[in-house]
Amino acid sequence: MSPDMGPNGNQGVLANAERQAAERGLDRFPIVDADAHHYEMQSWGSIVKYIEHPTTRRRAEEGMKLGAGRFQLLPHQLGDQQVAGRIKRRFTPQDPYEGVLHEIDRFQREMSQLGVDYSVVFPTLMLNLGLHPQAEVESAIAWAYARWITEEVLNRSETIKTMLYIPFNDPDMSLKMVETFTGKPGVVGFMVTSLRYQPVHHNRYMKFYRAVEESGLPLAFHPVYNWSERSLEQFDRFIGVHSLGFPLYNMIHLTNVVIHAIPERFPRLKFIWMECGVAWIPFLMFRLDNEYMMRPSEAPGLKKKPSEYMREFFYTSQPLEWPDNLNHLAYIFEMIHAETQLLYASDYPHWDFDLPSRIYDLPFLTEKAKRRILGRNSLELFHLPVPEKYSSGEPEATTVGDGFSQKK
Amino acid sequence: MDYLVCKEGELRERSCRLVQAGDVQIGVFRVKGKLVAYANNCIHQGGPVCQGEILGKVEEVLGTDKTIISERFSENEIHLVCPWHGWEYNLETGECAADRRLRLRPYPVVLRGDEVYVKV
Repeated sequence: MSPDMGPNGNQGVLANAERQAAERGLDRFPIVDADAHHYEMQSWGSIVKYIEHPTTRRRAEEGMKLGAGRFQLLPHQLGDQQVAGRIKRRFTPQDPYEGVLHEIDRFQREMSQLGVDYSVVFPTLMLNLGLHPQAEVESAIAWAYARWITEEVLNRSETIKTMLYIPFNDPDMSLKMVETFTGKPGVVGFMVTSLRYQPVHHNRYMKFYRAVEESGLPLAFHPVYNWSERSLEQFDRFIGVHSLGFPLYNMIHLTNVVIHAIPERFPRLKFIWMECGVAWIPFLMFRLDNEYMMRPSEAPGLKKKPSEYMREFFYTSQPLEWPDNLNHLAYIFEMIHAETQLLYASDYPHWDFDLPSRIYDLPFLTEKAKRRILGRNSLELFHLPVPEKYSSGEPEATTVGDGFSQKK
Repeated sequence: MDYLVCKEGELRERSCRLVQAGDVQIGVFRVKGKLVAYANNCIHQGGPVCQGEILGKVEEVLGTDKTIISERFSENEIHLVCPWHGWEYNLETGECAADRRLRLRPYPVVLRGDEVYVKV
């Protein structure tokens, strides 16, 4: 491919997204991105300054001098997410990187190009941090990250929010994180990265769940793939690892949460299950309900079927599946009560991101349902104010769109 | 209406020129000597498909016993890859490689003297 595409060839990577948002009139109602990402290594020098654990801090600082800080402290994953350079977030080496959170104005401009009013951001490599064999390292980085984002980012932006990383290997530290950061501006929830091997129903986590419940903020589980997972080692293509790897960990944790009746013990605790699309949810509903009917003695805390608890959970939409028959997707939306329980998420700038049009263009949704999934559900769940520009009300829907989205 | 794209000699094999034709942005390509043009909107989510990589389709090389010997880039089927999510299209036909029922929106290309025009 020639880099010379003529005088029109230098538009930014999100130029089409901006046009698409304008064509659909996505500025007529609030849109919340419940799962945007940033690349924390771009801000690592600032984050390291907040590491309080002395030996971990020295390792981080010395690692940065070598230019390889990430590999000294954060577990890394095999896998070529950009498909050998086919997927791009920059057209030329001179273009700036996307997802640089400390450049707040530029980050907010990217959000705006997507048509998003609020972004709930989460780091990227820290998705693997739950695998770290040293619990004190996970805790030190989680603490430093929380201080950095609350003291240098969230307090400088009205539109950037976060669900804070929870160092789940250490239940006491997890509890301290909730007690310390609840109420800090921009903290709208707490996040457990799903790639880890702690049973989430263990008694040692009950104080933590109680604290999150009392905070009134949601608790999210965010997975990532792990090519080193024994069963996934059988794949020699990333497509297999990624397709199964993401829902695998959420299915394990969700099963333990439900079977051990955590929702009965903490009925006001709101769970969000992230970044697996939606097709895995009915599979697990069917499967758990069927087994529960035969083995209720193994889930004595339940007062209803597993699927009934699952319908009270929240789910993020991305990466929304692309079925041949949209009726099948419509059934799933109905099964999971999507109108109130589904939260639009972009996952931008990661490789399989979704634009708001993925929801807005679904023909089986009412305008009201689209607006709830794209924004209202998250506004309510995260206790976010309606942005001022919508304070006079939202105009009615008009016919919009340019015909390139999924129509079957 | 016809929109001037460029001089014919400026459009080399497996290269693209973008042109704004009224409301629509179009990518004009030369592939196997032929000129083709598509809207710069991926079928999937509207990504800037014409600004993506141009690569031969990846093919498996099988042995006579059906074992996989290697992989190679096809010299016959050339793909255009959307830079947003990696959807691949046959550059000659606009067909989506993973689902041949889907196609990029094509536009006619005409040559007048040494100038390339696209019709909208």
